Amino acid sequence: MIKAILIFNNHGKPRLSKFYEHYNEDTEQQIIRETFHLVSKRDENVCNFLEGGMLIGGSDYKLIYRHYATLYFVFCVDSSESELGILDLIQVFVETLDKCFENVCELDLIFHVDKVHNILAEMVMGGMVLETNMNEIIMQVDAQNKMEKSEAGIAGAPARAVSAVKNMNLPEMPRNINIGDISIKVPNLPSFK
Amino acid sequence: MPAVSKGDGMRGLAVFISDIRNCKSKEAEVKRINKELANIRSKFKGDKALDGYSKKKYVCKLLFIFLLGHDIDFGHMEAVNLLSSNKYTEKQIGYLFISVLVNSNSDLISLINNGIKNDLASRNPTFMNLALHCIANVGSREMAEAFASQIPSILVAGDTMDSVKQSAALCLLRLNRTSPDLVPMGEWTARVVHLLNDQHLGVVTAATSLITTLAQKSPEDFRTSISLAVARLSRIVTSASIDLQDYTYYFVAAPWLSVKLLRLLQCYPPPEDAALRSRLTECLETILNKAQEPPKSKKVQHSNAKNAVLFEAIALIIHHDSEPTLLVRACNQLGQFLQHRETNLRYLALESMCTLASSEFSHEAVKTHIDTVINALKTERDVSVRQRAVDLLYAMCDRSNSKQIVAEMLSYLENADYSIREEIVLKVAILAEKYAVDYTWYVDTILNLIRIAGDHVSEEVWYRVIQIVINQDDVQGYAAKTVFEALQAPACHENLLKVGGYILGEFGNLIAGDPRSSPLVQFNLLHSKFHLCSVPTRALLLSAYIKFINLFPEVKPTIQDVLRSDSQLRNADVELQQRAIEYLRLSCIASTDILATVLEEMPPFPERESSILAKLKKKKGPGKVPDMDEARWNVNGNTEHSENTEPTNKAPSHPFTDLLNMNSSPAAGASLLVDVLSDLSSPAPTPTTGPGPGPTDVCEEHFSRFVCKNNGVIFENQLLQIGLKSEYRQNLGRIYVFYGNKTSSQFLSFSSSVTSSDTLKTQLNVHTMPVDPTVEGGAQLQQILNIECLSDFSDTPVLNVQFRYGGTLQNIAVKLPVMLNKFFQPTEMTSEDFFQRWKQLGVPQQEVQTIFKAQHPMDTDVTNAKVQKTASLYLKPLCGGGVGLILKCCNVSGFTTRETLNRSFNGSLNL
Repeated sequence: MIKAILIFNNHGKPRLSKFYEHYNEDTEQQIIRETFHLVSKRDENVCNFLEGGMLIGGSDYKLIYRHYATLYFVFCVDSSESELGILDLIQVFVETLDKCFENVCELDLIFHVDKVHNILAEMVMGGMVLETNMNEIIMQVDAQNKMEKSEAGIAGAPARAVSAVKNMNLPEMPRNINIGDISIKVPNLPSFK
Repeated sequence: MPAVSKGDGMRGLAVFISDIRNCKSKEAEVKRINKELANIRSKFKGDKALDGYSKKKYVCKLLFIFLLGHDIDFGHMEAVNLLSSNKYTEKQIGYLFISVLVNSNSDLISLINNGIKNDLASRNPTFMNLALHCIANVGSREMAEAFASQIPSILVAGDTMDSVKQSAALCLLRLNRTSPDLVPMGEWTARVVHLLNDQHLGVVTAATSLITTLAQKSPEDFRTSISLAVARLSRIVTSASIDLQDYTYYFVAAPWLSVKLLRLLQCYPPPEDAALRSRLTECLETILNKAQEPPKSKKVQHSNAKNAVLFEAIALIIHHDSEPTLLVRACNQLGQFLQHRETNLRYLALESMCTLASSEFSHEAVKTHIDTVINALKTERDVSVRQRAVDLLYAMCDRSNSKQIVAEMLSYLENADYSIREEIVLKVAILAEKYAVDYTWYVDTILNLIRIAGDHVSEEVWYRVIQIVINQDDVQGYAAKTVFEALQAPACHENLLKVGGYILGEFGNLIAGDPRSSPLVQFNLLHSKFHLCSVPTRALLLSAYIKFINLFPEVKPTIQDVLRSDSQLRNADVELQQRAIEYLRLSCIASTDILATVLEEMPPFPERESSILAKLKKKKGPGKVPDMDEARWNVNGNTEHSENTEPTNKAPSHPFTDLLNMNSSPAAGASLLVDVLSDLSSPAPTPTTGPGPGPTDVCEEHFSRFVCKNNGVIFENQLLQIGLKSEYRQNLGRIYVFYGNKTSSQFLSFSSSVTSSDTLKTQLNVHTMPVDPTVEGGAQLQQILNIECLSDFSDTPVLNVQFRYGGTLQNIAVKLPVMLNKFFQPTEMTSEDFFQRWKQLGVPQQEVQTIFKAQHPMDTDVTNAKVQKTASLYLKPLCGGGVGLILKCCNVSGFTTRETLNRSFNGSLNL
């Protein structure tokens, strides 16, 4: 079972946290910090598995992670999951995000937390893997978007005006942060703040 | 076209996020967030009804704030409103908020449940999916109660959409994990198994996960899934990749489903049906063959997916442990991976090989890779991988390679990561003991261990070496010589000093012949380190000194001088002071004979499971340590030890206790008694009037030992040992309770009290002296109980002990062995008087008679004494108020004893 899915950047800022077991708010933040601490000190070409920190349950749990440019994707799983399988799942997740957002970058995760959650929900449910086929996942996400569009109507009008303003307000927003060809071990791209 | 168009955001949300990101300091960020929270709060509280869009926007902001690590204590109601909306977008954000933020004990659950209920009934697959996701993500008991019976029918209904079936399967799995008692098993189970044949591979994957979990709990109900799983697996493995369209991942056919199916098969033994079995073997062979084929893609995803299936297949082969050829092939495959350039594969290969090493078919094959593994230990850059290498070396170790492996682990220990040192120390200690051909090697290894990583050598390890030395006569001289030499080092670890002190104290005489290690030299060597040690070590050294006085009378004056010095006799530490005073007095007044008796060499320790092994198991969790094969474990079968290894055992109090116990019964008598009494008590009519024995969790394991004994251990677990010493005179008694902390850390908020039932309170006065609220690790605490017997009683007081250990509160209740017979005093009377009284007892209820065969030859005196002291206790239910007993015991014919116990109102034995 997957106990938690965490995404944070190279500085440890959480970009997504999804716990499939209940912890209180403080503990969740501590787990994120602890996990960041464990994962970030590892070299680039060591293996992608390590034993979990004490807060998340110690050596009964494994952290399986991948590092893409500025982001760490970490899955905390118990022994009933296949390590390589989870590694593939992370890859599917990132590829799906990449398709949905067209060259996904860290900012997409920040500004579209809800969308990222929805995509994740199509893959993992209550800590179990729901779907691993990318086309199927994207089909579901597309269907949701269609429904959203059809519902938008008048209420959606202000939303459509956002795009121009949004970019204006973000002087520091970097352009075209590409996560490479998504094969793991992306060459070190310049990271942004 | 991208599935999510980037422009569709909400303006207010984007502005807010940008603001936060522009904050220069943490304070500014918190300020901005608080401002936003106040704004949202006022909006939610405001009179104006918010439209769906605004609610959605605010809820999104709250989600973002939550992600940044701030507590969100409002907005739940708005989220519930959103999820009850008919609009998909609003419903979705409502559900998202609930599954991220609501924990299982929220009082909103009933409102949420209502929304879920409507959505489940809506027959709109998107809404149903949202609802099922929410149940699975929250997984609370209330939700399980509300929906557990409904979901199976959604899962197996013929007209349910595939995507809903997938969600329903996993939702049910989640509820089964969180509240298994609420998920009803029923006719749907058979239909779930048939989902393995479903057209849609996503449904099959979800169903396989569900069945795997259910099959672990009730294997019989799901046995039919084996054949279906094998058939499905076989179709996937042998298919050309194009057959499975979308489920082919980088040229590997449905890797995820294959992994799940192989996991499911690991719930069962190999199939019994021959055809099925050969089909499965064929699948496994195909998977192994594919590993040798050239890769169809250079991408790492291709090899990952392929190997995920391969590792799972190997896990199944190891689980079945029945096909030698497959096992050896698996081992060879893993051997290739050990040298693979992918770190992940090396890691997994080491991990799988660990389990493979425990199979008898492949143990030898695993051993051939020893050099590679040792190399991995030395050169691997990643500590996770090195740790797996240590595990594998431990698992593959046997008599033939133990010296090499232990030497390699020792040399690795010198620069191992601190996080895994203790574990390596334990493993080396176990291997050294288990495969010791000669004990000199063992002693050398452990002393090396202490030298290299003294701080990580736990108490268990050095206790163990002492136990072995004490139990093995042939190694004692060598051990004494070796520790003596090791102690010569200018700086040695305190653990070494403990071992050294103990061993020289016991066996220093074996090397005293050599002038270089004469008694005085030994003593000076130990004493030169004395002042640098902690209190427990000093206490141990003091015990070693008094043992020296016995071993070497010639150093007696020197040692007495040391004991007499102010730094000992007036030491601030009570334990040290007491030892110094007692040892000094002992050495002054006791004759040589008494000294020799008191300070005799320690007797061999009784056999037990190695505490080091127990510690390693505890550390790694059950199942993680490959269980030691009994046959391979017998090297030291005769050297197992007991828990009684605390240094305090050498304190004089221990031998004294034994001396005091000399008048207690011999063991054979005691066991005879227990037999007699258990026979006696079972046929006796049980009274309805007597008070119950107290709460069920009261420990009375050792209670019966104290029937005719006053001293001993009444309770013991991993943390605490409770010993008693008691004395009784007429109607007064005093019990010394000793609480021994067996751990190395403190007990906090320690308290103990004695509780009696209301009836008992009027019959027995128990006065408890207060105790210290902390008990240091390894220390002993003494408490005095004064007891006054006011009238006869049949109930037992209970000793309640409470303390905090490592943050958890421990509660222990022990029945105190205060029984009526402790206050008995014999009375003399002439035989005429006796028989006169005896005959007065004619009423039928006053007599109980049992005839039984004795299990041991009877010694009249011993038995009489014992029965007199004890029988009344077991017969107490027969006695009313103000009762005495007359007891007749006659040896009728050889081994048959008749005991007649009469009930009277005028006791023949004074109470």
